[in-house]
Amino acid sequence: MPTKKDDVYGDHTSHAFNDELMELKAQFLKMGGMVETQLGESIQALIDGDGHLADEIRANDKKVDQMEVELDEEATLIIARRQPAARDLRLIVSVIKMVSDLERVGDEAKKIAKLAIQLSEEGQAPRGYVEVRHIGTHVLTMLHDALDAFARLDSEQALRVKKEDKRVDEEYQAAARTLLTFMMEDTRNISRCMNVMWVLRSLERVGDHACNIAENVIFMEKGEDIRHASMEDAEKVVGG
Amino acid sequence: MNTMNTTATRDVAVEEQEQKTQPVEDPRPEQAELEEGKTVGVPYVDDPKFRLRDVEVFYGESRAIKKISLDIAKNEVIAFIGPSGCGKSTFLRCLNRMNDSIDICSVKGSLELDGDDIYNSKRDVVELRARVGMVFQKPNPFPKSIYDNVAYGPRIHGLANRKSDLDEIVENSLRKAGLWDEVKDRLDATATGMSGGQQQRLCIARAIAVSPEVVLMDEPCSALDPIATAKVEELIAELSESYTIVIVTHSMQQAARVSHRTAYFHLGHLVEVNDTNKVFTSPEHEMTESYITGRFG
Repeated sequence: MPTKKDDVYGDHTSHAFNDELMELKAQFLKMGGMVETQLGESIQALIDGDGHLADEIRANDKKVDQMEVELDEEATLIIARRQPAARDLRLIVSVIKMVSDLERVGDEAKKIAKLAIQLSEEGQAPRGYVEVRHIGTHVLTMLHDALDAFARLDSEQALRVKKEDKRVDEEYQAAARTLLTFMMEDTRNISRCMNVMWVLRSLERVGDHACNIAENVIFMEKGEDIRHASMEDAEKVVGG
Repeated sequence: MNTMNTTATRDVAVEEQEQKTQPVEDPRPEQAELEEGKTVGVPYVDDPKFRLRDVEVFYGESRAIKKISLDIAKNEVIAFIGPSGCGKSTFLRCLNRMNDSIDICSVKGSLELDGDDIYNSKRDVVELRARVGMVFQKPNPFPKSIYDNVAYGPRIHGLANRKSDLDEIVENSLRKAGLWDEVKDRLDATATGMSGGQQQRLCIARAIAVSPEVVLMDEPCSALDPIATAKVEELIAELSESYTIVIVTHSMQQAARVSHRTAYFHLGHLVEVNDTNKVFTSPEHEMTESYITGRFG
């Protein structure tokens, strides 16, 4: 029984072309899963002060980088072999762009892991970790939902992710103010608070990347580029 | 902290979602119904060269073209695409009454060139074909010299009184067709000895020698190698500055490269006409999408 997802990319006259597109999707989702794990664990390593886990994350980033290269190569080969058009073309162009977003999320996870090591070595009482946990959970959910929206080609879910990005920005601003207060209370907190601030900044960037992925999903399904459109226009594209 | 789902759980989530998802209607073209005379996209333009309305073509009892309406703009390159037997060549041949040579073929509807009825019984068909030239799939030079091939049309239409005028027309036409430098030293050589790509460009030179307003091309590159194809495509881009060009092609990439608008035909219907960039990135009609992405045809 054909589902929407299979119909969209899986019914070419050329079965080999079907297989190539399915493989591209599968590999992209695999990379997405790796990056999600990396990010989740980097936040965990920070909060637990787990230097060993942080080291692992830094090492694993190479695998994420390798997947980026492989996915780009596969996408390029499909273009060369198949000269894809319309939704196939939109899928491939989007994957090339989204792979870059995922790789950067991987880099942010690596940065957080590095800061986790520094913070655990300093060994002072945690400040701002509540905010890190809160925003971390928020952007992890966004990333997860964006990847799900890709898997299901679900523009409505993608739009919800895009809307969340604004909330993350607000949460980041609020957290930055809180940390600023800590720093003003006691200047000895400054170095440590700045490190936490970098973590928050990284998480906020992850939200942006999740938002980019969501925008690409809308482009894949609707054929409209909403990256610089207002939220009202984006809603029209998705609703219409 | 690591409570988020990862790949494994996403797969399960997707499967669950799929089970919940109702199977959508099968979008494959044979299941889709086409409404007669309904074309999505931009079939009409202001001040067209051709104004075609409710055109129907019959081969005996069989209706090959089903109420197609379309405008073709001045100096436009429009590509007709679609699977074999969809009627794109038949429709193209209506534009200069090439279908007249087929006894059982009849054409209905309104077909106007610059506001004048193409199928008016008083119209001089030879004059029409001088205005609306044609280049065919297979290069078909006359078994004459290169010079005589190009000079043939101007001679029978009386476009040149003196030999020097004719020489000028031949040179200009060969130059426009990008062939002059290759043949200028052997104009008396027989045309059938040229390469396929050169023969096709000679046919284009022959078509434009009578100063047409429109050039119809019926799969002009399907018998050519990639280099010769590139030369013809380059030529199409240059010619579009002076002529209206209608090209039927089986190569979607060619349509994407050379045309301004693309028209998709299916089973005698004109399904979609749109800006070529739109057709190849996000077509409006599901059937256009299926065809250009290689899902049938």
